[in-house]
Amino acid sequence: MTWFLVHFAEIVFYSLAAVALAGAVGVIAFRSPVHAALSLLGTFLAVAGVFVLMQAEFLAAVQVLVYAGGVMVLFLFVIMLVKARDIPDEPQYVRRLVPAAVGLGALLAALVGVGIWAASGGLPADGAALRMVAGAPLGNTEAVGWSLYRDYLLPFEVVSIVLLVAMIGAIVMGRKESGRGGAA
Amino acid sequence: MRADLIALLPELMLATLAMAVLLAGLASGKARHGLLGAGAVLALAATGVTLWLAAGATDPGAHFFSGMFVLDHFAIFFKALFLLTAALVVLLSHDYLKRNDYRPGEYLALVMFATVGMMTMASGVNLAVIYVGLELMALSTYILAGYFRREVKSHEAAAKYFVLGAMSSGILLYGLSLIYGATGTLDLATLARVLASAKPGPSALVGVALLACGFLFKVAAVPFHVWTPDVYEGAPTPITAFMSVGPKAAAFAMFLRVFIGGLAPLAASWIWLVGVAAALTMIWGNVAALTQDNVKRMLAYSSIAHAGYALVGLVAGGPAGVNSVLFYMLVYTVTNIGAFGFVILLESRGYAGETVADYAGLARRHPAAAFGMLLFMLSLGGIPPTAGFMGKLYLFAAAVNAGYVWLVVVAVLMSAVSLYYYLRIVLQMYLREGDGAEPATLVAAPWTERVIWACGVAVLVIGLLPAPFLAAARAMAGAVGLL
Repeated sequence: MTWFLVHFAEIVFYSLAAVALAGAVGVIAFRSPVHAALSLLGTFLAVAGVFVLMQAEFLAAVQVLVYAGGVMVLFLFVIMLVKARDIPDEPQYVRRLVPAAVGLGALLAALVGVGIWAASGGLPADGAALRMVAGAPLGNTEAVGWSLYRDYLLPFEVVSIVLLVAMIGAIVMGRKESGRGGAA
Repeated sequence: MRADLIALLPELMLATLAMAVLLAGLASGKARHGLLGAGAVLALAATGVTLWLAAGATDPGAHFFSGMFVLDHFAIFFKALFLLTAALVVLLSHDYLKRNDYRPGEYLALVMFATVGMMTMASGVNLAVIYVGLELMALSTYILAGYFRREVKSHEAAAKYFVLGAMSSGILLYGLSLIYGATGTLDLATLARVLASAKPGPSALVGVALLACGFLFKVAAVPFHVWTPDVYEGAPTPITAFMSVGPKAAAFAMFLRVFIGGLAPLAASWIWLVGVAAALTMIWGNVAALTQDNVKRMLAYSSIAHAGYALVGLVAGGPAGVNSVLFYMLVYTVTNIGAFGFVILLESRGYAGETVADYAGLARRHPAAAFGMLLFMLSLGGIPPTAGFMGKLYLFAAAVNAGYVWLVVVAVLMSAVSLYYYLRIVLQMYLREGDGAEPATLVAAPWTERVIWACGVAVLVIGLLPAPFLAAARAMAGAVGLL
């Protein structure tokens, strides 16, 4: 019982991590796009749980609202709109790539393992780093705001142009090509 | 805050004007090619003036935006180069867009947004800033590659570029996150301090390796080059010209800043990786170019090979190495834009006129343009008195002085190989008659011709009088603050 209490955080973390990974595997394993999307939802929620565990409640809330809420609804909308049927059997050439995929997957797994093993010592275990932004203990949300709108103001603003370009791109690619140079 | 904004003024200005061009394109109803093109060129010129003013009002050693942004000589050199590239590409696009009947507004705005991204990359000294700049550039370029929506090849190019580019960004980000996890910082100067003070663990090394993979993809180095020929072939030709110089130079700016700056303490671990990639890139790029009949694909492999030469300068490192890469980027930009300009002249509607055989007899029918192409081919091959010779000379000299003789031997041998396919085009133009029912002729494209003229003059001037340009590159790299 004591062991359980001492290691409670780790048990919760590994359970959440397992759910997140299972969800990610489900995304590519399920045949039906809707099932794949719902499986991704499981991953999003598990990641939100990890944020809670790290005492980043604000990020957890954003994760649920933006990803599990907004992004997922968009995914489902798109799937419904394009009426995607079940993905057909993989053609011959995909099968031939299986050995290469297994090899690369193993390599990636090894890299991830090395990364986790090496980084496990160096990362702050709780939200202490976040709470001490600018030398003053702050709440979670304030710390994120401080960091985003003060320290990381420039990349934050550049990202807004990136989003603008993405929007232009979606319109350019989705627009019916009117041919001889007329107005769209 | 005021000083921050002054340092950022060129980017702010260009982004604002890009939005103005976008809106003007929407508002003008009928496609107004001349008006919008002139607007875009003027916007780029105005940004150049702003850059000059901002550089004068800013301390090159100062850091802005919480230490994330600098306007040092290195950044100024690259920003000027990007503005020049974008202006030349806008001019090249004018006739091409008009002839193929595509709307200019979004196209020009995207070229300008990509330039904003590249300028941000050159100024970033924080990995987060460099990364968002890179994404801005890449996203704009993906869309531009697929801009010719009536062409299946253009769709294919955009899709391939997008999927592979997104994957390489993922690899790059994973590397960044490992480095952040190992060192706790994204700031390049702090990163160098942390890495120098303690023996880096395996996660930092894995992070550096992944970062190198991501960067090598962005400069199209072997073995991360497979996307290049298809994308270069399918994209609208002015965009191919843009991709082969602008984003490539931006990727080299980032490569130099991050690897010679922040990751210098780990040089022993990454230098052999980049060196081997440079050798493979030069060998494979040149050998594969030998067998290409499509000129755009040939130039794609040629641009892969040139990324290999520039990587030699990166491996050499030190002020001389950085100088030589900067100078080479300038030389390569004017040469390659000129060469693609000639391809645009020859290309008629529907992607005809792209094979080497189409070049037969062009020297007789179009002596001036053919002479320009001769200059560009000689420059790409590295023959005096063109700029390409001086560029390679300084690159290889830097590498020899740094002790990488084996790399220079590979580079020189492969330059000799490259002469075969460059001179093959010259041979077709000058010594073969155009047989067949309808010999290829150049289409009338006054602005494209002017760009070719300008690039041709630049290739000769830099080749014959390299001193001022070299001095500029040296002054720039000398005060990089990262050496």
